[in-house]
Amino acid sequence: MAEARDRKVLYQFEYARSPDQDGSVTRRPVVVIGAGPVGLCVAIDLAQRGVPVVLLDDADRIGEGSRGICYAKRTLEILDRLGVGEACVDKGVTWQLGKVFQGERMLYQFDLLPETGHKMPAFINLQQYYLEHHLVARARAIALPGIDLRWRNKVVGLEHDGNGARLAIDTPDGPYQLDADWVIAADGARSPCRAMLGLDFVGEVFEERFLIADVKMIGDFPSERWFWFDPPFHEGRSALLHKQPDDVWRIDLGLGADADASEEQKPERVTPRIRQMLGHDDFTLEWVSVYTFQCRRLERFVHGRVVFAGDSAHQVSPFGARGANSGIQDADNLAWKLALVVKGEAPESLLDSYEQERSAAADENIGHSTRSTDFIAPRTAQETRFRDAALALAAHADFAKRMVNSGRLSMPSTYDTPLSTPDRDAWEGSARPGAPLPDAPMRDQAGRSVWLLDAVGSGIVLLHVAGDDPPPQHPMARTLVVGRDLVDEDGAFARRFDASPGATYLIRPDQHLCARWRKADRDAIDDAIARMTGAA
Amino acid sequence: MKLALDNRLPDPDRAYRALIDAHRGLGDEESAALNTRLVLILANQLGDQALLEEAIALARAAQPDSSRG
Repeated sequence: MAEARDRKVLYQFEYARSPDQDGSVTRRPVVVIGAGPVGLCVAIDLAQRGVPVVLLDDADRIGEGSRGICYAKRTLEILDRLGVGEACVDKGVTWQLGKVFQGERMLYQFDLLPETGHKMPAFINLQQYYLEHHLVARARAIALPGIDLRWRNKVVGLEHDGNGARLAIDTPDGPYQLDADWVIAADGARSPCRAMLGLDFVGEVFEERFLIADVKMIGDFPSERWFWFDPPFHEGRSALLHKQPDDVWRIDLGLGADADASEEQKPERVTPRIRQMLGHDDFTLEWVSVYTFQCRRLERFVHGRVVFAGDSAHQVSPFGARGANSGIQDADNLAWKLALVVKGEAPESLLDSYEQERSAAADENIGHSTRSTDFIAPRTAQETRFRDAALALAAHADFAKRMVNSGRLSMPSTYDTPLSTPDRDAWEGSARPGAPLPDAPMRDQAGRSVWLLDAVGSGIVLLHVAGDDPPPQHPMARTLVVGRDLVDEDGAFARRFDASPGATYLIRPDQHLCARWRKADRDAIDDAIARMTGAA
Repeated sequence: MKLALDNRLPDPDRAYRALIDAHRGLGDEESAALNTRLVLILANQLGDQALLEEAIALARAAQPDSSRG
């Protein structure tokens, strides 16, 4: 048992008094509330773009419990841009195969990244505390003006108008007030900011209870996602098994709607269930929780100068890993836009596109999450019959396998957005306007291997394929030429981008494709960049 | 066999959800009656006796063991 206690990773931080707590009320350009993954990502992204950030958190430590464990390829690409992607992948368990069982029989398997030539894997599993630890270390390492991270600063009041917000904050030294031009509320599913603004958080409530247990053991299961309907060790319910670092395994068991949450969390109740699943009791319990969930969202994410991101704005079931992943994608979408607005390089209305793009993504995530939950936890006899019918037919017909839904795993959204310029030329390949760029293995001028997304980085980029005409230039963009700065190592870039000599791709600071031309002219590029920055 | 066993729906998850939604708020008998009407409508839409009989045969073949309930 001593080992189990050692495994409980807690990171403790120090409260420090800020000069802002003395004298008259200070005004800061951006205050982020909540130092979870979403708040940390948006703060780091803003700071990397030269916007100073105050980041407030009511706690002073990273909590125990693995919580979110699955990080998808797109999220890892964002984390990589923020400087922690490689550390997360090094520590995490990489996986891409999912298997779905009914009873003891495998119904089907799915591969989440069937092609090679991408820097980041389809998924890693990593305890949330490791992600937060890496992000905190990164936040602290950023040079001034950087991030002013204030632990044990609990926001208890929030008033805002069209020009800014005033926060009332409690600390161990007593209360103080802080003004902000912009507030980002990344304060989680129970968001106090949402309550302070009196906003409704509406959606569907699910009654099914699930037991989540992190178990430490030496197991010989592969690094895959295994999901059972009606498993032999947990009849009539569902089960999920996932590997995490440090020989920790995530087990998730459906308990039905009538289960007693406090009873089910007791070790004398949990241990026999796990023993039955594993067939032995050579394990220790790291963390146990019983949860229910809701799928819901705010009607609007932007309220004057207060912007909601992550779980405070939208909440999904865990099936599909769409919570933390979508929250980090919110941060990715918001940071560059807010940075341009704060620096006066784009109108405030650019943030409308944050709301539009990310609320469409939230709807997509909620839709997938709700449909998965319908299948995993049917609520009526008739829903159970449909589920059982699909499972029974799945052994006989492919179409029914496609209906079997154990969670559709997080994929990035393709934004149908006014920031994109519609194609005027015909294109093949996997790159699409509004979607994140596909990665590709390249070489730099010195012949070193470099990934396309690393080369693109965080700015506005005109990615140009060398042709007869000189590469295009724009004062707001960096031009990157394939055939000069980068070499397409094995043709993956050409295939994925359907590249032809002289083609130009306009890339947003969040690495989504914004416009493309077989042959771009100056006016088309000017218009597209104006449109992308909300100035058109 | 002519019956399509591969997926023909552009989004099977949405089709499944539409079926679930159709039953929201119905009692068990009402659900059974709705499903029966739906089978008749879909059989007519199929418009092919041989295909209908193949579909019936598949549905019967996929009947789970009665011992498992």
